[in-house]
Amino acid sequence: MTTDSSHDGVVHHAPGEHHDHDHDHHGPAYGLMRWITTTNHKDIGSLYLWFSLIMFFIGGAMALVIRAELFQPGIQIVDPMFFNSMTTMHALVMIFGVVMPAFVGLANWMIPMMIGAPDMALPRLNNWSFWIMPFAFAILLSTLFMDSGGPAGGWTLYPPLSLQMGDSFAFVIFAIHFMGISSVMGSINIVATIFNMRAPGVTFMKMPMFVWTWLITAYLLIATIPVLAGAVTMLLTDRYFGTSFFSAAGGGDPVMFQHIFWFFGHPEVYILILPAFGIISSIIPTFARKPLFGYDSMVYATASIAFLSFIVWAHHMFTTGMPLAGSLFFMMSTMLISVPTGVKVFNWVATMWRGAMTFETPMLFAIGFVIMFTIGGLSGLMLAITPADIQYHDTYFVVAHFHYVLVPGAIYSIMAATYYWIPKWTGNMYDETLGKWHFWISTVFVNVLFFPMHFVGLAGMNRRIPDYSLQFADWNMVASIGAFGFGFSQLLFVWIVIKCVRGGKQATDEVWEGARGLEWTVPSPAPYHTFETAPDITKYAVR
Amino acid sequence: MTTTDHSVPTPAPLRHLMRLLVGSCALLPALAIAGWDELNMPVGVTDLSADVHGLHMRIFYVCCAIGAAVFGVMIVSMFLHRKSRGVKPATFHESTKVEIVWTVVPLLILVAMAVPAAKVLIKMEDFSDSEMSIKVTGYQWRWHYDYLDEGIAFYSALDAEQNLARQRGADDALEQFGDTYLREVDNELVVPTGVKIRFLNTAADVIHSWWVPDLALKKDAIPGFINENWATINEPGVYNGKCAELCGRDHGFMPIVVRAVTPEEFQVWADEKRAETLAAIETQHDPRDLPTLLAQGESVYGANCSTCHQAEGQGIPGMFPAIAGSDIATGDIDAHVAMVLHGVDGTPMNAWSGALTDAEIAAVVTYQRNAFGNDTGDSVQPLDVRAARSTALNAATEFDMGVTQ
Repeated sequence: MTTDSSHDGVVHHAPGEHHDHDHDHHGPAYGLMRWITTTNHKDIGSLYLWFSLIMFFIGGAMALVIRAELFQPGIQIVDPMFFNSMTTMHALVMIFGVVMPAFVGLANWMIPMMIGAPDMALPRLNNWSFWIMPFAFAILLSTLFMDSGGPAGGWTLYPPLSLQMGDSFAFVIFAIHFMGISSVMGSINIVATIFNMRAPGVTFMKMPMFVWTWLITAYLLIATIPVLAGAVTMLLTDRYFGTSFFSAAGGGDPVMFQHIFWFFGHPEVYILILPAFGIISSIIPTFARKPLFGYDSMVYATASIAFLSFIVWAHHMFTTGMPLAGSLFFMMSTMLISVPTGVKVFNWVATMWRGAMTFETPMLFAIGFVIMFTIGGLSGLMLAITPADIQYHDTYFVVAHFHYVLVPGAIYSIMAATYYWIPKWTGNMYDETLGKWHFWISTVFVNVLFFPMHFVGLAGMNRRIPDYSLQFADWNMVASIGAFGFGFSQLLFVWIVIKCVRGGKQATDEVWEGARGLEWTVPSPAPYHTFETAPDITKYAVR
Repeated sequence: MTTTDHSVPTPAPLRHLMRLLVGSCALLPALAIAGWDELNMPVGVTDLSADVHGLHMRIFYVCCAIGAAVFGVMIVSMFLHRKSRGVKPATFHESTKVEIVWTVVPLLILVAMAVPAAKVLIKMEDFSDSEMSIKVTGYQWRWHYDYLDEGIAFYSALDAEQNLARQRGADDALEQFGDTYLREVDNELVVPTGVKIRFLNTAADVIHSWWVPDLALKKDAIPGFINENWATINEPGVYNGKCAELCGRDHGFMPIVVRAVTPEEFQVWADEKRAETLAAIETQHDPRDLPTLLAQGESVYGANCSTCHQAEGQGIPGMFPAIAGSDIATGDIDAHVAMVLHGVDGTPMNAWSGALTDAEIAAVVTYQRNAFGNDTGDSVQPLDVRAARSTALNAATEFDMGVTQ
């Protein structure tokens, strides 16, 4: 496996360069068992990141099946049922298998190094929370090969439709439970680490923004994943044990599921973006060579977003019929979210203002993030206007909106983070020219892919359909071309990562001229164990 | 049909901004092939839809202005404040004053948006004084319309020919139907203009959503619950819509066609429709010969069964059983009729007793037993189906024509 060999490359250096450690501290074991039994935060971080990269291509292949079918009107390639199962699985894989594990992987790698801790607080739990994931996804993906086909009722699993699913249903529910357990354990670990493992002097208001955003994200996860677990368990008992939580015929209510689901689902949206905010808040100051503007307000804005995320859930449900007071409340609370989000964007721009910028790949991705995330945020503001939302709802306008915040948003932040920290992880500089190509190709295609979706959505194309009338043909073809371009250009990313893991120009300890933070005070590559003795933070800037 | 609001006067700076935006869109390939009406929300044909469109354009301009300001500052900064120009980075990193400004200004913009939005929302939710009520029921995968006061009720599904054609192959269907592909139904919803119509949405199986963009109507149809919606249509015309909530395999194939006509024309249509329905009820149990049954059966099959069992009755292995050569369709006739009436629990096979008339069930069973090489030569008469219904088990499943006799 590339995983093993590539990481041997990293770690062989480590024991050699590692200094003054005594007796039972040692480098990693060799072979497969190293990865299965590891409790080292850097190993586990790498495992999460490789896992996420593999799932990115699985989820991406599903997206390409969708876009291939939608390339022209008419049903050419897949059965509509399989098409539905592709949209469902694409979402589940991308959310739970790509963005969340990638952020957990980055947290594992970076949080201990950023706060001057030797490792995560709960290393064995850490191992377990990773190793649940491959099994959970093996179960989830195996449903595609069952007679009844994979889940095809949308990732939101709305009953009664989701209850029509065949035998794969129980497997999907269990897979979601496993992913949830993994996320909750990972989050508990992150909270415990941040509270207990900070080096002396690293106060809360000195923590890097990435640590702050992850602390808040971890709380969101701990609060909402059990709600999701409850919702899917109720589906399970409705399906197999004769309960009627969501069936009107038995005294239940299908819309109640949507309320419970979105009480999880909306904070989940911020789970997918808050760590990205942290990453961008680390990268922009580095390449602007100027401290982050408005650190305090960034912390408060993140906390406000997290709080507001719990009181806006029904904006996903404006067409289900709710009392006027409810519609008004959820409209206004949703609009409010744009205030702290705006503060963050303005702070990033103010950080760039009068800096001395250079545009290495991480900075390109970070700026791409700010611009395209803002486009997604602005269409989000449009979606908050309830009467208009009722028309946008369940159209490609919504698809365009959330893909703008998730692909050139969350995914770009993960790529920015990879380019930013990979010299620290591997000790080698990545290929800057290829990195820039990767950015520009991706950015052109991602816009060709998602921008036209605004148009077809407004013009009346509904979501989750395998076929459409001729009026939407042109823009769908454009979007599909963008999809294939974007999809295949990610192979370049894989090549750049592998190339960097294998070798390259030796990275310095600081790596970037304007970098601040404890992670840049350790050697490159980071030794297997770092900060076994707490760093003297009077000598280094923590953020 | 409809275009954007080029006619609506916009302030000069906004017009300039729009031009900028259009200009930037030109970066995308193939802009030239699409007209404006394929890019934007329709203004629609009700006062409410015009209000919604107005809100949409207003918030769109606000977003463009915010975007232009933020991206403008970024672009200027990226040009001026780059290391290659030899600049020294400033060291400022906070300003409470600035933070307060960019918290309060967006808040004010939001208030300015929230007030008109709330007004439209309140108007939307005002169901009083409606002059006509139509119950809309979503089924997998068609609609049922029940004019509560007129005594008219019928199903409306994707045009049967289109439904069969799209299953035989995309190219045929596209060539045959062109621009009307997936936009025609067998029974259009005919409504009068200038009348406040209340729509009551519900569903029989899973959640659907009844959406007609030109009427600015989208409300979920939820099994066991009834949602309200209303429209007063200003202009006669044909307005297309579709199901907006994922409802299973053929979610993409349940279009809506609303035909708005003058109240006088509506009255004529309603009288005809009612007479037609009554005539159908009167003659529904008359015996038919085999060719008649087969002809009607083919169209019933195309509209209802072919979705799963496929155009040639071949089914989809592992998902939907074949009818060609099946034990049911070549075996006991009563068992075949019973399966169509009651469906099969725990599978996507619906009970059709409430959705199809005795005559339709007789026709489609006859068709299935003679088509696809089944060639049994059997024929089922409407009276046979009525007999099958009238066993104790079936008493409650009488077909509801929506007409009180």
